Amino acid sequence: MENTIKKKSRTVTRRAFLQGLGGGAAGAALATRMRGQNAGAGQAGIALPPALAQKTITFTVNGKSVSVDVEPRETLLEVLREKLKLTGAKKTCDRGECGGCTVLIDGQAVYSCLFPAVRADGRQIITVEGLAEGETLHPVQQAFIEKDGYQCGYCTPGFIMSTVALLGQTPSPSLAEIKAGLSGNLCRCGNYVKIDEAVAAASQKMRKA
Amino acid sequence: MKNFQWTEPQTIEQAIAWLAKANGKAVLMAGGTDLFTEMKEGVVEPDLVIDLKSIPGLASIQKDKDGVHIGALTTVASLAADAMIKLDYAGLSAAAGSLATPQLRNVGTVGGNLCQRPRCWYYRDAQMDCRKKGGSQCFAAKGRNKYHAIFGGGICHIVYPSDLAPMLVALDAQVTISSPRGERNLPLAEFYSLPAKNVRRENVLAPDELVREVKIPLAKKGTRSAYVKLKERETWDFALVSAAVRGTVSGGGLSDAAVVLGGVAPIPWRLGKTEASLKGKKLSQALVKEALRADLQEARPLEENGYKVELVEAAVTRALLSLTRPL
Repeated sequence: MENTIKKKSRTVTRRAFLQGLGGGAAGAALATRMRGQNAGAGQAGIALPPALAQKTITFTVNGKSVSVDVEPRETLLEVLREKLKLTGAKKTCDRGECGGCTVLIDGQAVYSCLFPAVRADGRQIITVEGLAEGETLHPVQQAFIEKDGYQCGYCTPGFIMSTVALLGQTPSPSLAEIKAGLSGNLCRCGNYVKIDEAVAAASQKMRKA
Repeated sequence: MKNFQWTEPQTIEQAIAWLAKANGKAVLMAGGTDLFTEMKEGVVEPDLVIDLKSIPGLASIQKDKDGVHIGALTTVASLAADAMIKLDYAGLSAAAGSLATPQLRNVGTVGGNLCQRPRCWYYRDAQMDCRKKGGSQCFAAKGRNKYHAIFGGGICHIVYPSDLAPMLVALDAQVTISSPRGERNLPLAEFYSLPAKNVRRENVLAPDELVREVKIPLAKKGTRSAYVKLKERETWDFALVSAAVRGTVSGGGLSDAAVVLGGVAPIPWRLGKTEASLKGKKLSQALVKEALRADLQEARPLEENGYKVELVEAAVTRALLSLTRPL
């Protein structure tokens, strides 16, 4: 296992090479310093795992398995949007305050802007793009349309993902539970009343289905 | 964000060996929800991030004859949802459920919550060379200080933002700390330290130590706990003032009382004089007001945060009176 990782981290891809040039002297110095520490052992002779400048991660997104090279500083949001071209999750505040980037990781709502992409390795990710089946919208998406659960629509993918997570755990939420379940998402148009109605309608649809 | 390298230890020993070897240039990442924001702001710029999520076995809640053991990597969401915690330590369950948002509770951990950095806007601004970042002044002292400390400030007026910390201190929790020298246990109350001791840090962890576990003594029969958090928004907010209380009410009298505040000081702020004045007495609004008097006299509000003194009385009164409510 350790061998494979070491091998991967030493392979120079064209992308990494170009980035290395762009990173300038400071980046190169850092890489050299840390690489020097890779081979060694810690105190009391404990073998240390390698320090990676890059990792190849494989995960499932919307049912499809994907494999990408990521730097440790890349967030899951950046990888989804920029490398996988899944732009449903929005980069809005980019600091875990607004919920526009909400995706499901193994069924749980998570801010992808604060989730290191390296940690997505082996996980199941669902974005708003993964909800509809062909032309048939997910009941939550349908309910948001029917109840006007959006105005400008920018926050909507995040609200929809939080709703899917909420209804997965609490199929028939009270209004208080809806508000608590969606408390990590902000709508600057202030459309909360309609959003709450959409969630209640989605809950009804899903129970009937 | 400045680039960094990433390592995935499989054991605590590997994590602390890396920590010791990197000699101040590495940071530990639990959930990462706080650390990542600091890194994005350029407040923290490590060369190496040590992933704690890759170490198996650190995310569990277990009860044995010594107490309840909560692994440092237990998510806040699983703490809030745990049935035994809800039953034996209602205040802890409430504190966990009150913090941040579902998305953050799903990722944020108990250990990370206890080791999070302050929210002070001067600290969080990489341009502001405040004492906590090695500078020579506290900008909150004469600047905007609505959310800052009314107790224990002195040279730095941050408040410790954790909701779990005051509640766990009220429950007499201990932390187990691992380092290359082995393990040590410390009461959580002694884990936190005032700015006067070391203004750069909020706790006594050495650079090569990590928090492995939190242990709470078994709940005594009849002992209850409560957490009241006063905030500006109904949800998704840090405490302006919070009150974490524990106590046993029997025959109208209160015993075994603990009253600890959040949001008012650089550390969880225990009200020892209040606790002593409440001992054995029948709880009432008037008694709580009277009991708080001596501790509140020590408050040193800044220009914009005097309102917190009144909030302390409200939070402590509500929390303590809730202990008398029938279950």
